[in-house]
Amino acid sequence: MTSFLEVRNLTKRFGDFTALDDVSLDVAENEFVCFLGPSGCGKTTLLRTIAGLEPQSSGTIRQQGRDVSSLPPARRDFGIVFQSYALFPNLSVTDNVGYGLASRRHGRAATAARVAELLALVGLPDAGAKYPAQLSGGQQQRVALARALATSPGLLLLDEPLSALDARVRLRLRHEIKALQRRLGVTTIMVTHDQEEALTMADRIVVMNHGVIEQVGTPQEIYRAPATAFVADFVGAMNFLDGILEAPDRVRLGAVTLACLPQDGLAAGAKVRACVRPEDVRVRDLPAGVANRLTVEVTDLDFVGAFCRATLRAGEIALVADFSSNLIRDLGVSAGARLDVALPPDRLRIFAA
Amino acid sequence: MSLAAAGPLKAATVRPSREDVAMRLGVVALAAILLTMVGLPLWALLAKGFQDHEGRFVGLANYAAYFATPALFNSALNSFEVAAISTLIVVPLAFLYAYALTRAVLPARWLFQGISLIPIFAPSLLPGIALIYLFGTQGFFKALVGGQIYGMKGIVIAQVFYCFPHAVLILTTALRTADARLYEAADALGASKLRVFLTVTLPGAKYGVISAAMVVFTLVITDFGVAKVIGGNFNVLATDVYKQVIGQQNFSMGAVVGMVLLLPAALAFTVDRLVQRRQVALLTARAVPLVPKPKLARDAFFTVFCVVVSVGILSIIGMAAWGSLIKYWPYNLSLTWANYRFEAFDANGWDSYFNSIRMALWAATAGTVLVFVGAWLTEKTRGFGAMRGVVQLLAFLPMAVPGLVLGLGYIFFFNAPSNPLNFLYATMAILVINTVGHFYTVGHLTATTALKQIDPEFEAVSASLKVPVWRTFLRVTVPICLPVILDIAIYLFVNAMTTVSSVIFLYSPDTKLASVAALNIEEAGTTAAAAALCVVIVLTSAAVKGLHLLADRFLFDRLQAWRRR
Ligand SMILES: Nc1ncnc2c1ncn2[C@@H]1O[C@H](COP(=O)(O)OP(=O)(O)OP(=O)(O)O)[C@@H](O)[C@H]1O
Ligand SMILES: [Mg+2]
Repeated sequence: MTSFLEVRNLTKRFGDFTALDDVSLDVAENEFVCFLGPSGCGKTTLLRTIAGLEPQSSGTIRQQGRDVSSLPPARRDFGIVFQSYALFPNLSVTDNVGYGLASRRHGRAATAARVAELLALVGLPDAGAKYPAQLSGGQQQRVALARALATSPGLLLLDEPLSALDARVRLRLRHEIKALQRRLGVTTIMVTHDQEEALTMADRIVVMNHGVIEQVGTPQEIYRAPATAFVADFVGAMNFLDGILEAPDRVRLGAVTLACLPQDGLAAGAKVRACVRPEDVRVRDLPAGVANRLTVEVTDLDFVGAFCRATLRAGEIALVADFSSNLIRDLGVSAGARLDVALPPDRLRIFAA
Repeated sequence: MSLAAAGPLKAATVRPSREDVAMRLGVVALAAILLTMVGLPLWALLAKGFQDHEGRFVGLANYAAYFATPALFNSALNSFEVAAISTLIVVPLAFLYAYALTRAVLPARWLFQGISLIPIFAPSLLPGIALIYLFGTQGFFKALVGGQIYGMKGIVIAQVFYCFPHAVLILTTALRTADARLYEAADALGASKLRVFLTVTLPGAKYGVISAAMVVFTLVITDFGVAKVIGGNFNVLATDVYKQVIGQQNFSMGAVVGMVLLLPAALAFTVDRLVQRRQVALLTARAVPLVPKPKLARDAFFTVFCVVVSVGILSIIGMAAWGSLIKYWPYNLSLTWANYRFEAFDANGWDSYFNSIRMALWAATAGTVLVFVGAWLTEKTRGFGAMRGVVQLLAFLPMAVPGLVLGLGYIFFFNAPSNPLNFLYATMAILVINTVGHFYTVGHLTATTALKQIDPEFEAVSASLKVPVWRTFLRVTVPICLPVILDIAIYLFVNAMTTVSSVIFLYSPDTKLASVAALNIEEAGTTAAAAALCVVIVLTSAAVKGLHLLADRFLFDRLQAWRRR
């Protein structure tokens, strides 16, 4: 993989505060990458540094093999959509989208054709004469996208482009943006703090925390195999069980010992946290002698719609599990019931505590 | 040029673009301009205070002489006394008026609001002149005051008139930003009216009240026109500066009195800025605007109050207007236009009026361009923090400097033979420069506030689209800020028309301004003609303001269709 964008040892300080701490990252051509992390972790700062809008304190950025670290934004190759969209309120949609075209000797007709093409692309073929204030939030967002794409930039940067929209519009635009990105093949970086958005849209996710990258991986990798306890906690729901690593493949939680995949890098006797996702708690068709069988009491059952979230207790171990409505009906699960569950060893992840 | 970035060797590795460099040069140029307009003249004034007639350094001798001369020192006390009394009268009066405008249901609210602003359009000698007509030795109502309007009494009354609109503007803003939810909560708790007033209204407007008090205090202590006309033998700091410089040609002593005058003004300014910073924090909370509901007794009371105050304002203006039309006060009350034939009273005749118009137009156009472009550069230049800080400071400085002090500084700075800018002395240009410098701060603040309200990413977007930043400035920023730009221009125009204090030292026979001519005419004893010239000034500035309101209402509605949803 030759990387389209190469970030090396990037550090950004605001006075004494380190917003980005030695960040390195590669983005491949045509890739859709999401920066995901809690508020204040440095996602926007990383994006703005890549654009040249914030000067880095140290480190280098190469785009298509060219060292752009010291170039001002105007000499880099990117289009950007801000959370506020930053549409020019006094210009019509046509003028907004054509804003970057006017200065390049395009000719009036060519500019108009390109604007029409872009507006059709984002599904607003008839909005050209309107002003931004006359558009809905979702429409404004698309105009901002069209404006950013107008000059056919090599890199598209999106800073929380959907966060100002209501839930329904957000869902629809997720798909539209993703489809558009596939069609144009433009390398895209999107900042979000919404994990669902990142999981559904990204080819790869960069999970950040406190100015460092915690993990880079496909959505499946991030979800299935979180590299750190932070990622495990931040992406999806997760049970955390404190215990001691007895052997490389055995962890003791109070009175119970569970089998897990062999852990190297953790010494026997180390304090650890074992993690399991609620949907990975097995109940049905447990074969005889299944590993990690526990008898639990259902202490609480919350209806969440498509499934129920059950709170289970086995001795000192408390965990939540997601049970489908079918399962609840078939097995007659109710609060106070006792049942046998299994925690599959390959779904158990162990982190140093 | 060095970047103000802390950190180890590799700090700030992004090279500034050509555009960044141009903008930084712009900031440097702005700093140089502000330094010339305000900083260096002040410095020259400061230096002059330590020199004798021949320009030799004499240390604190002038200051020692000042404090050893009871007549001079007394003026300082007088100034404080007058300023304190005027503030104590204006602020409560303006508070009630602003309260009526914002918290009561008044018939023709806009009319009361408009009337309260009229004094802004008048030079400060107008209320003095009107008071002479009303209560002077030959006044209508001289019996009421025993013919003794000259002195402190007269100054205070005229200052109340002159400062009233400034206080009302500040307090209206403070009271308008009230949060309706607080009042609903207080109502729900069954709090008494007095308690609601003491626990909700007053604390909410606290900063506005302090700010108004500081502004009024500064206005009174630095104003010159009122005391000149109606002060009589009651000397204040402002008239002392004038007497030392114009009367006795004692520039060093003038500089010392100027420094003494600068002190309270700068102090009041500092307090005001500190308070305003708090006020901003207060405003950021999401408040529900308060819309007053009709209440008979309250509304009747405030209507009567507003009528009384408005009649007071109108009668002062009206007295000046009537006086200007009368043949020979008080013996022949028949009407005449004779007092408007200014050539009979002053060598410049109507020329001084046209000088004023020319000066005001220049100040409004050139000044607005400077103020707006300057504010934009200060806001939008990337990096370069230290230099931008310097510019901010220089932009704030004029507010703290009384006009007389600035004008005096101009004499010392621009008239120095060694100054290459010496050629500006006694030209129209120096009057324009002085006026723009004197009134720079308010325009700068207005422009900065407006620029902060538009999306900060416009420049980033244009950079990503490879559009030069100045194009975005012209195509987007300026059109969006057009109403504010016009506000600034009108503000500069009106102030250029009415200002006396700063330009009184700087005019030449060819460039005499109407406000100065009015003062000279009054000094020569022809009050009616002085009143006439004041009336012409009021009418001109009010007409310009009226045009502005009309344009705002009808023209912009069309030009700014994009604001509509
Ligand atoms: N100009 C600045 N000066 C000082 N500190 C800053 C500046 N910009 C950002 N920071 C700090 O850097 C940290 C990272 O900010 P950043 O905007 O990158 O966060 P983010 O991950 O985008 O968060 P959010 O989800 O809230 O947008 C924050 O703690 C922020 O306070
Ligand atoms: Mg952010």
